[in-house]
Amino acid sequence: MPALINVPPKARRGEVIEIRTLTSHIMETGFRHTADGKLVPRDIITSFSCRYNGAEIFRADLFPAIAANPYLSFFTVARESGKFEFEWIGDNGYSSTASASIIVE
Amino acid sequence: MSVWRAIAAAALFAAAPALLAGEIPPDARRSGYSFMGPDTRAMQDDDTSNPGMLFVLEGEALWAKKTGSAEKACADCHGDARSSMKGVAARYPAFDKALGRPITLDQRINLCRANHQQAAPLPYEGRDLLALSAFVAHQSRGVAITAGDDPQAKPFVEQGRELFMQREGQLNLACTNCHDDNFDKRLAGAPITQGQPTGYPLYRLEWQTLGSLERRLRSCMSGVRAQAYDYGSPELVALELYLMSRARGLSMETPAVRP
Repeated sequence: MPALINVPPKARRGEVIEIRTLTSHIMETGFRHTADGKLVPRDIITSFSCRYNGAEIFRADLFPAIAANPYLSFFTVARESGKFEFEWIGDNGYSSTASASIIVE
Repeated sequence: MSVWRAIAAAALFAAAPALLAGEIPPDARRSGYSFMGPDTRAMQDDDTSNPGMLFVLEGEALWAKKTGSAEKACADCHGDARSSMKGVAARYPAFDKALGRPITLDQRINLCRANHQQAAPLPYEGRDLLALSAFVAHQSRGVAITAGDDPQAKPFVEQGRELFMQREGQLNLACTNCHDDNFDKRLAGAPITQGQPTGYPLYRLEWQTLGSLERRLRSCMSGVRAQAYDYGSPELVALELYLMSRARGLSMETPAVRP
């Protein structure tokens, strides 16, 4: 599934940077019924994590009340040049990854 | 007696401009964007927070993917969409000479699939069709709308205009009653817009997904308790064409975000 990642391409050492992520997912709550009364099975992203050069800097658990195509934004301190790796894990074995790099001067 | 008659006449005159408000003059036309709050605007303006861009990305992948028994991708005929599709969506619905009627961008994509890719048509409001039409329409972002300028399309624009003016449903309302006469007011908590179709297919927060102009029209029709026209029906295409000609000169915004 595609994801949109916004990490500043460059930052000064020690600068606080904002990271924004948006991913495509239906986030079906598991509480809705079809027209003929059958329960639509739950299908959501249950966990998101972000690693900065291998070390986890942010993690979130997601629940059924979260909107489709979840948008998450968080902050970190730019310490060194390198790579951010993002991972979304969900129901039915769902897994999606993305990455972005940053140059710290 | 004559005094009362004068008062009645004066009252009629005073009421007349409201009753005959009718069409919006070109310089007063405003995109639905201008009716939104700052948060929703910010969401649309930033391509990394606009969920519609997820569909544009999907559409970009589909554009390059070979499909159908002809084993052809859209890109094999049309090349780079950034140049070949620029401004195309601003002209749709467009008159098709072979069919002798206007067709929407969605229908054009499915005609291409049938005639050139020998592939099955994509269902209306399906993810793939929305993604492809969002990707194509996105190439026209910022281009002024010119749909309906083709003289052959004029009778269909007129048909769409009549449908726009025609009262329908149990609430007995026409599109014009809200979108020409009462925009800038509120319907319950929501602002009434001019109904300018500048950003379709667009991401509607209420839908939690991308949707076409036809879906939007159909939900307005259910809103006035009318029987909605089917997807792709000549009436919906005519309405779509009239709406686009009514938005002449406004810029395309695809994919827009709306509440």
